[in-house]
Amino acid sequence: MMEVGIISYGAYIPRFRIKTEEIAKVWGKEPESIKNGLGIFEKSVPSPDQDVATISVEAARAAILRCNINPQDIGAIYVGSESHPYAVKPTGTIVGEAIGATPILQVADYEFACKAGTAAIQTCMALVKSDMVKYGLAIGADTSQAAPGDALEYAASAGGAGFIIGKEKIIAKINETCSYTTDTPDFWRREGKKYPAHGGRFTGTPAYFKHITCNAKNLMEKMNTKPKDYDYAIFHQPNGKFPVTVAKMLGFTEEQIKQGLLCPYIGNTYSGAVMVGLASVLDAAKPNDRIFIASYGSGAGSDAFDITVKDEIKKLKREKAPLISQMLKDKEYVDYATYAKFRDLLVLE
Amino acid sequence: MRDVAIIGIGLTQFGELWDKSFRQLIAEAGASAILDAGISGKEIDAMYVGSMSSGRFVGQEHVGALVADVSGFSQMHIPSTRVEGACASGGLAVRQGYLSIASGINDIVIVGGIEKMNDVGGVSATETLATASDQEWEAFFGATFPGLYAMIAKRHMYEYGTTKKQLAQVAVKNHANGALNPNAQYKKPISLEYAMNATMVADPLGLMDCAPVSDGAASIVLCAADIAKKYTKKSVKIIGSGQGSDTLALHARRDICTLDATVHAGKMAYKQAKITPKNINLAEVHDCFTIAEICAIEDLGFVKKGEGGKAVENKITTLDGSLPVNTSGGLKSKGHPVGATGVAQIVEITQQLRGEARKRQVKDARIGLTHNVGGSGATCVVHILEVA
Repeated sequence: MMEVGIISYGAYIPRFRIKTEEIAKVWGKEPESIKNGLGIFEKSVPSPDQDVATISVEAARAAILRCNINPQDIGAIYVGSESHPYAVKPTGTIVGEAIGATPILQVADYEFACKAGTAAIQTCMALVKSDMVKYGLAIGADTSQAAPGDALEYAASAGGAGFIIGKEKIIAKINETCSYTTDTPDFWRREGKKYPAHGGRFTGTPAYFKHITCNAKNLMEKMNTKPKDYDYAIFHQPNGKFPVTVAKMLGFTEEQIKQGLLCPYIGNTYSGAVMVGLASVLDAAKPNDRIFIASYGSGAGSDAFDITVKDEIKKLKREKAPLISQMLKDKEYVDYATYAKFRDLLVLE
Repeated sequence: MRDVAIIGIGLTQFGELWDKSFRQLIAEAGASAILDAGISGKEIDAMYVGSMSSGRFVGQEHVGALVADVSGFSQMHIPSTRVEGACASGGLAVRQGYLSIASGINDIVIVGGIEKMNDVGGVSATETLATASDQEWEAFFGATFPGLYAMIAKRHMYEYGTTKKQLAQVAVKNHANGALNPNAQYKKPISLEYAMNATMVADPLGLMDCAPVSDGAASIVLCAADIAKKYTKKSVKIIGSGQGSDTLALHARRDICTLDATVHAGKMAYKQAKITPKNINLAEVHDCFTIAEICAIEDLGFVKKGEGGKAVENKITTLDGSLPVNTSGGLKSKGHPVGATGVAQIVEITQQLRGEARKRQVKDARIGLTHNVGGSGATCVVHILEVA
């Protein structure tokens, strides 16, 4: 059986941050109860010049920098996001030009709420496995939207990561992937609407928890594994609490999820969330480490992955691009007024 | 008037029931009650169902016929009537069923109560509940029920020295009881500190002073007492039924700290039962907010006006107190699917009088009272039940 896996990876998190208490203050909420309730201390904020295209390009460039492949060998780029800059005109073409992968290239943008990035990985895996392309680049990135005053405002942030998928010089072998999908309307944004709507606590038990637990169990059954067989686990992180709870429900420890749990410090990067989490884990991973991933996309579905880190990771020039830990430290706080300006919340004549 | 007995009870889980539909819930509660009564569908003469706002919550009106339909009774063409009186809809449905048997028109009646409130968001649920207030005088100006009950609480504090701690003690007690009720929405005790420091909703009411938004259904089978023995040995009799009304708007009341509709309904029920409040062993009262329970135990005559807070503080109303109140966990902890609440209260008292309340069983319970309120007190229904 042919092996398929990750050849290289890169991530990008905007350096601006806004603290939970700064947002809470504006809406007359108690910061401590919000922080404890959501498990989010601060979130990343994109500057006015940043969007999913720039974040995707940054992530793609970092991935190219770390490995030694010819961008012309990348035959497919799939970008998953729910905040593509254009409703019609793909983000992927901008990324393709920026990294020199055009023109013999297939491109499409994906949307599946917060799991479009992992869906892109699955597509690239299939293209590589079938020899349709040598390398596929899967990206998940967002500059997610939240209506002012909505609970989502504490979480919706920006960031993304890209993974080059191939079958040679694999740094992390994807042993298996599976998905679990139903029609569950827990969170949505209608065409032309600026902000998403959601079903409050309906987004929890019947949505996030059901899809992730069912899919995670299916994957472990398929692989005949147990939570203790993994060194790292990454779950979608719409807030700081859900991933901790779902990990506990499935039998994973806090130690296993720690490295991939970034939401408390950068918020929910939506399509970027588990992607950035995986980048953080790969920043620290050693050969033979085993990684469990379960993404979640509202609407709703989950993609799960069983990954084993290979010796090749030692040859990857991880230091050529910023590590997640460095991006977490390189930050500048903004107040709500600046945030409002950056996020286009102000009505200008 | 004929005597009326309760021969069957049914109750669904209360909570956020995402995987159950409106019709599934009412069918489940009804089927349990029918099974508990040991009757066949053919013996049912009529149905009454209480639902406050199924149209706004799930987009379904005409639920009288719907309930008969989902119960499998459509071919029998039995009379099935929906009853509405805001959060007192369930209690009113019980009273309609009761009156129809007492009057001699029916022998066996099934009464249901239901609300499925979580299919809409929190804002929409609050707006829908506010339709039970006076739209022109209250809701249009932004008053919601937490706001109205907060005004009652503020005035009660001013008039009688009731404290925020006493309000919190109601929630602590009801959560302790709810923890013993397998059907409760919140089966966990809370500390006094937690209750007092909960997120503010409408001063002085915090989150732990407010009953939740819930899904759930309850059902009972009522039967003419003279034939009840044919079906069960453990029937419970309704010995008093009272109902009262008042101004829809809170500000128009004689005294906003007293729910005169409760006083009236209570007196009517006590008079019919030929008892006084002293004879009551336990009560399920309408604690949509903690202040409402304090007002209720005063207005029902269990304690003097103004002494409700102290009574709670002195633990008179705890499970082992001299008058246990809301042994089910009340609306606060058991949950408050508004149309179901009045029927669920009857289910709880019936379980207690039958000696089937397990860990929350009140010893030697013989006479129990239910108190169901609509709005801020414009409708009230009181029932008194006794071991048959």
